[in-house]
Amino acid sequence: MRVISIVMLAAALGLPIAASSATAPAVHIKNDAFEPHTLTISAGQTVTFTNDDDDAHTVTANDGSFDSKGLDTNGVWRHAFTKPGTYPYFCQLHPFMKGTIVVNGGGS
Amino acid sequence: MRRGDFLEHVAWTGAGIAYTLGAGGLLTGRAVAAGSHDTVEFVQISDSHIGFHQAANPDVKQTLQMAVNAINALPRQPSFVVHTGDITHLSTAAQFDDARAILSQLRAPLIALPGEHDVVGNDFKPYLLNFRIPHSTAGGWASWDSNGLHYVVLLNVFNFEKMGLLGGEQLAWLERDLSAVPSTTPVAVFTHVPLYALYPQWGWTTDDGTKALALLQRFERVTILNGHIHQVVTHEEGNIRFASAAATAYPQPKPGTAPKPGPVTLPHDDLLRAIGYRTVEFDDGNARLEDRSLAT
Repeated sequence: MRVISIVMLAAALGLPIAASSATAPAVHIKNDAFEPHTLTISAGQTVTFTNDDDDAHTVTANDGSFDSKGLDTNGVWRHAFTKPGTYPYFCQLHPFMKGTIVVNGGGS
Repeated sequence: MRRGDFLEHVAWTGAGIAYTLGAGGLLTGRAVAAGSHDTVEFVQISDSHIGFHQAANPDVKQTLQMAVNAINALPRQPSFVVHTGDITHLSTAAQFDDARAILSQLRAPLIALPGEHDVVGNDFKPYLLNFRIPHSTAGGWASWDSNGLHYVVLLNVFNFEKMGLLGGEQLAWLERDLSAVPSTTPVAVFTHVPLYALYPQWGWTTDDGTKALALLQRFERVTILNGHIHQVVTHEEGNIRFASAAATAYPQPKPGTAPKPGPVTLPHDDLLRAIGYRTVEFDDGNARLEDRSLAT
């Protein structure tokens, strides 16, 4: 059901549909860390970032290409990664918190 | 971490400085000695995080209100109150409104710096709209002379990816600003993030802070007061004395004593002992600091 809904959503948004979208990619923020630290997805997938911490955080791309802005406790932010590449990001409020999203191309 | 650990620290006994701590390193509630006619007094508060609503302090508005009430009840009103940043938790309009409603009750004039929580998303406007420092530069930093002291406000919460950064424009301004000030003039500097490498692992440092400190070195007496780390920590480098202040919201762990610098949750009575405000007296250019808790 979930696969179907994601495929439908992706189709509705006009996004390329990734082959391995069985599990929705997710990053949890806990204890001042992004888990997993490095997440590999396919182009077109949307990553859900959830703040499970008792402090506020942000998910901010080093190159400025995305920014969740302030994400309060229990806050959820989603971002679709359409272009293959490696996207290092950090928390603007705690810059020692770093993570990376690796986006693989659909064809290769 | 053991309860109360983060409040223990070495008292600052540098020449010309009297740093008062209560028994066991707790913030003190001792009354200020009657000042002579040439003392200058102001109050520092910091890190109110209006909008925070977790276990470490479920009511940050109330504790800020307690601090404001205590300052308003001081027998002699300070010449001003400086808030060294993180007024709000996430710089929303509602949080700035709440903060302003409480801080506007201060009887003394308020000078409020932004912390990184007040410019989330690199948006400086909500802070400027509510708390812009009078006569500040376009960049938000400022300086003024009063009662024989030279005061400087430095902002180090932008470009946060590099952790606490002043930037070339502000450093050039500081060089020009200080060039007109004699070395014998006592200088007081306010920042949010510590200007020195207090604990870089947790981002408690200013990347280009050494450049500012180099400009301040020739002055005989420099006092740098900051927030950001939610605890009293003092430090000396030559003629420069640093003192980080407690928060009005919640404490954070002593450097390296916890896996992360996040909020420390204490029983309510202990929380009130770990947060508060600081009175600062300059007697002939020498700073005398007293950190007072909100515990009665």
